[in-house]
Amino acid sequence: MTAVAGPTATAGRGSGRRVREAIAAYLLLAPSFVVFALFFFWPLWGLIHNALHQKNIQGTAEKWVGSKQLVDTLTGEEFRQGLGVNVKFLVLTVPIGVVLGVLLAMSAHRRLRGIKIFQTIFSSTVASSVAVSAVVFLTIVNPEIGIFRDVGWLSFDRPFSALTAVSLSSIWRNLGLTFVIVLAGLQAVPDEVVEASLLDGYGPVRRFFRITIPLISPTLLFLAVVLTVDAFQAYAQMELLTGGGPAGGTETILFKITRLLQPKDVGEGSSMALGLFVITGLVAAAQFGVLNRRVHYGD
Amino acid sequence: MAIESAVTHTDPMAPDRKLPPEAASPERSHRSALRKAGWYVLLSALSLVVLFPLYMTIVRAISNPSKALLTGGAHLTPIDAEWDSFTRAFNEGNLGRPLLWSLAVTLVIVGGQLLTSLFAAYAFAFLDFPFKRVLFGVVVATLLLPIEVTLVTNVETFQDWGWIQPNQNGGQAFGALTLPFLATAIGIFLIRQGFLSVPRDLRDAAALDGYGHLRFLWRVAIPVSRPIIASFVLISFLGAYNQYVWPSASVRTQMYNTIQLTLRAVTGQRLDQLNIPFAAAIVASIPVLVLLIAFQRHLVRGLTAGAVKG
Repeated sequence: MTAVAGPTATAGRGSGRRVREAIAAYLLLAPSFVVFALFFFWPLWGLIHNALHQKNIQGTAEKWVGSKQLVDTLTGEEFRQGLGVNVKFLVLTVPIGVVLGVLLAMSAHRRLRGIKIFQTIFSSTVASSVAVSAVVFLTIVNPEIGIFRDVGWLSFDRPFSALTAVSLSSIWRNLGLTFVIVLAGLQAVPDEVVEASLLDGYGPVRRFFRITIPLISPTLLFLAVVLTVDAFQAYAQMELLTGGGPAGGTETILFKITRLLQPKDVGEGSSMALGLFVITGLVAAAQFGVLNRRVHYGD
Repeated sequence: MAIESAVTHTDPMAPDRKLPPEAASPERSHRSALRKAGWYVLLSALSLVVLFPLYMTIVRAISNPSKALLTGGAHLTPIDAEWDSFTRAFNEGNLGRPLLWSLAVTLVIVGGQLLTSLFAAYAFAFLDFPFKRVLFGVVVATLLLPIEVTLVTNVETFQDWGWIQPNQNGGQAFGALTLPFLATAIGIFLIRQGFLSVPRDLRDAAALDGYGHLRFLWRVAIPVSRPIIASFVLISFLGAYNQYVWPSASVRTQMYNTIQLTLRAVTGQRLDQLNIPFAAAIVASIPVLVLLIAFQRHLVRGLTAGAVKG
């Protein structure tokens, strides 16, 4: 017998063995949990602490302010403006992102010679980071060198058109991911269901809305939540394309938080972060809640 | 749960997956040939739309910057294109150093995540211990803590340690860039899933042969879960290499910019070096593109699972 406990733990082999196994398990978990504690859970605690305290200008001393700072920040002009940008950005990117994902996946989900090439092309944008996609779209929407520089509804002079221009880069970047996810959903649809609908004389349009969409609705829901969370965390594309302008008109909440990392500002920054965290969670939960009732899970 | 359901759609681009049945009766073959041509036209048109921004980026990167500027900038084809423009952009933009720096940071993160995830996944899959379910819940809970939650306090932590400060040295920057990412719930979750698929017989056989934990992990569990581990390594690489928010908050010395931060640094610089940002975007994409082409299947599996993180 080796001294080390083997891979199969059979119950009732004596408590010494069980204790050794538990110790081994905790040792194996320790590295991950140290990282989680230091860089995930401690920050959550720190965020709440920061939101409830106010620091002096040097950041050397702090005093308890209760919920005052949190309430002031979350009802303040800055946060409301940032939230407005996030919500507009969400509306500009999520629905069209899902629709384009379905379009690409429906087109590429068929038996054709060379279909793999098209599938590779459609999924290729997963390779670009947010920053890369922003630089790529400088060639399209930049006011000096972009090929659409004279297109009014993509102009950087007004907040909404500037945000529309930024949203193009995000929609494009997310195409690869949405395509891959919807394609996976389509391939999970059983053959028999499609065959049955053909026998029932369903045409392509009716089949799409009556069969395909309901069957892939869990995938679409998942996708909508992923894209929504992504839209709430938008930052790099604004920084690189518009710099947050014009006049802060494309500054998302995360954009503002990154400008509030100095010691004297962390109270405000943390309050905004808590607000964003809770709002993102609520919206994602609402999406699951509302859509869940309409979503077909195949039972 | 979304993660679970996503994990089950694995590998949508595998050739043996189900496809809609083709209605192929001989008298309709003419119509179906037409329809096929129609699909190719549509697929090609969509491909052009998807690839157009990349095409424009390449056009910009290889065009002669000063001559391109004379046209007002909005040109659809390369102007005075020469390979030299690209290599000059690479040198003048100093793109080599941040690329290597990024690769080093990424490799340490991927290696660290792989190691910590293998250990933790082993414990969750094969060992029995008190509070197992609670601790697994704690792991999953980290998925619900996005960057905005961790950003502010993590910056404070590293400021307290003196690692984030105006004249940080290379070691401090490297530590700040890597340390918070050395463990990940996605890795634990995916690899545990792979480990759970190790057949019972194999476990019994290994136990009979007197395998210890390490030998079982190395000789049985890892080989059996190799595809899922490969998927995890790829999405881990993608996530670490492409990240922007944390590096932009933690690097205070331009010398230690990752390639993603370099994109910001070279954007909006001098007008006569207009091709540099685009060359930089291409350089930044190359490592990921290589991986995407080489390991597409693994990447797809990983993405449909890892998409949870957003």
